[in-house]
Amino acid sequence: MPANRDDTDAHEPAHMHIAVDSAVAHAPTGQIKVRARDVNVFYGEKQALFDVSLDVAERAVTALIGPSGCGKSTFLRCINRMNDTIPGARVDGRIEIDDENVNDKALDPVVLRARVGMVFQKPNPFPKTIFENVAYGPRIHGLTSSKSELEGVVEASLRRAGLWDEVHERLHQSGSSLSGGQQQRLVIARAIAVSPEVILMDEPCSALDPIATAKIEELIDELRRQYCIVIVTHSMAQAARVSQKTAFFHMGRLVEAGPTDEMFTNPRDSRTQDYITGRFG
Amino acid sequence: MLTWIALAALIAFSLFTFRSGRERLVRGLDPAQGRPHSRPGYHGAYVALWAFAPAALLLIVAGAFGGRIEAAMLRAEVPAAVAALDPLQQGVFFDDARAQAHGLPLSQTVYEGGLKAALADKAVEARTLEQGMRLGVLALAALMAGGGFALARRRVAHQFRARNRVEGWIAGVLILSSVVAVLTTVGIIASLAWESWRFFQVVSPIHFLFGREWDPQIAMRADQFASEGAFGALPLFAGTFLIMLIAMAVAAPVGLFAAIYLSEYARPLTRSVVKPLLEILAGVPTVVYGFFAALTVGPLFRAGFNALGAQLAGGPLNDLGVYLMQVQNQMALVAGGVMGIMLIPFVCSLSDDIINAVPQHLRDGSLAMGATRSETIKKVVLPAALPGVVAAMLLAVSRAVGETMIVTMAAGLQAKTTLNPLDTVTTVTVQIVTLLTGDQEFDSPKTLSAFGLGLTLFVVTLALNIIALRIVQKYREQYD
Repeated sequence: MPANRDDTDAHEPAHMHIAVDSAVAHAPTGQIKVRARDVNVFYGEKQALFDVSLDVAERAVTALIGPSGCGKSTFLRCINRMNDTIPGARVDGRIEIDDENVNDKALDPVVLRARVGMVFQKPNPFPKTIFENVAYGPRIHGLTSSKSELEGVVEASLRRAGLWDEVHERLHQSGSSLSGGQQQRLVIARAIAVSPEVILMDEPCSALDPIATAKIEELIDELRRQYCIVIVTHSMAQAARVSQKTAFFHMGRLVEAGPTDEMFTNPRDSRTQDYITGRFG
Repeated sequence: MLTWIALAALIAFSLFTFRSGRERLVRGLDPAQGRPHSRPGYHGAYVALWAFAPAALLLIVAGAFGGRIEAAMLRAEVPAAVAALDPLQQGVFFDDARAQAHGLPLSQTVYEGGLKAALADKAVEARTLEQGMRLGVLALAALMAGGGFALARRRVAHQFRARNRVEGWIAGVLILSSVVAVLTTVGIIASLAWESWRFFQVVSPIHFLFGREWDPQIAMRADQFASEGAFGALPLFAGTFLIMLIAMAVAAPVGLFAAIYLSEYARPLTRSVVKPLLEILAGVPTVVYGFFAALTVGPLFRAGFNALGAQLAGGPLNDLGVYLMQVQNQMALVAGGVMGIMLIPFVCSLSDDIINAVPQHLRDGSLAMGATRSETIKKVVLPAALPGVVAAMLLAVSRAVGETMIVTMAAGLQAKTTLNPLDTVTTVTVQIVTLLTGDQEFDSPKTLSAFGLGLTLFVVTLALNIIALRIVQKYREQYD
């Protein structure tokens, strides 16, 4: 299998892009949160992922890049077993979160997904109020015992998502009344309300305008002090701005993974080089 | 007959004009001028349309109304011998004159003396009239076809926008079709309203809507027209409401749960089998449900209740037992229950579409939060689909209210204001059927009351449908 030269548990970029610089000091180095080994995914007869092995670091942002259909979203969806919801999908191999195999049939995906939050391409607030959207997870998992505690969780989550100041006066309006960027931050607040360990983001900014995108990226940078974040993105600029580690997928295979600044300045594989210089994809 | 031959000839002529128009353009083409505005076929179609449409319209109108015009002209002058007859016999006389002229069988009437001569005269006149009109129509049609052809053909030119003109004709035909549909509906409503108005002249609307006694049969005799006591429709509304309630109690939960299963749980293979089966159920004619209710379910329920009554009689629930022993075949429960079964596929299919229209990313969002499938359905999918589901239920209610066959066969005819499902009740539709079947005069309040009922039914179902469609519209806007 080509190019899984992931020898970098430790490399934190010394300094790279403005957005990242300030946060570097907070990111602990070395700890691996998600460990994938020989992951193969099949959709019916078609194989979508081939022997992917990748380590994802704790308290850091890992970007998955690659051309459309390269399998990066498929890999993302393996981490919280969202592929289970697709009829005919089959996942082989080991994916461990803190040494616990996610793919274990005995593991209830419902429990797993409370630990692994996910943010989708299209903002998908539920047709409920802003408050109820954030309270959704705590309610179904019974995380709070009183109304005031629930309110506290909702406020904390909205604050952490940088949305509190904009919405605290209209918590009981519909979530869909917000703008696209606000909706996406609402969805992030909803995800962090259940205190997940890992947050998966599937092209979270592709439906947003540049200003909303900048806000989300700022938020991602903020969140990485606390969470392990994996983000799929089509924008290489975004990968460079928000991530510390980058993995490049091509045709269902992981071509190369490493510290973001190294990947972008000095890619080892010629396909990576071609992709990030815009020769294909 | 002649109309058909003329139409066929006209079609043949139009085909010729199509070619002619096309040829004219092609022959006149000058390579120096470049491409013509419209392709040759459009020029041909333009010419053919002008040759065909006006003449065809004339032929059809003449074919449909020629007989009446002829009859009217024939009556313009009434012979003295005929004027002595009463109007009904005059009508027969003129009909016979035309029949004789056209070689059709005459009525049984025997015409003597002056009448006989007058009949012969009028028959000759009718024949002349008919032939004159026929010739006139044919000549006019030929003139219109030829004229239309000549005029249209002259316009064929390099820069003539034949394509846009033909487009205009097509739009015209489409508009005409929709106008026909709308006008027909308006006509039906107008006649319903007009006849109801006549009914409400005799019976006050307040009494009709809120009166508690329904027995239109006693108003058969002229001296009883004023006996308003017979036209209180409240028992009918109560019966309709009761049966609708029972039907929805069956159809709403079963249909909705089946829809949830189909859209959220069933595997594609199951779905591909179950959905067509449900659609077959939706295709069963209501008269079949009707005799299923009347011949199978009704006797079964009666037997069951009677047996239960026999057990209870003599015990502490003696009264109930005695009542149950007297239950009839015809009861609201049977009609409502079978109607509910009829509505299941309707509710299920509509709800299934609505639930499927809830965007997948909402489900994914909920599942990704660690919600189980049923939590996702309860807390996200159904709330999102709720307006649409409510609309589906309202449509089902409007069908239940308007449904006729099942209740006619299984509900009974006795007008009672009751909410007892074991009682026999009657509905608005059943009464309309009984009022209008068989020979009826069309000006007695008894018959007219059917229009009053029909109007009420129409207003109620229209309101339900409008509300339902409004809800569906609002719901659509939410996701587009």
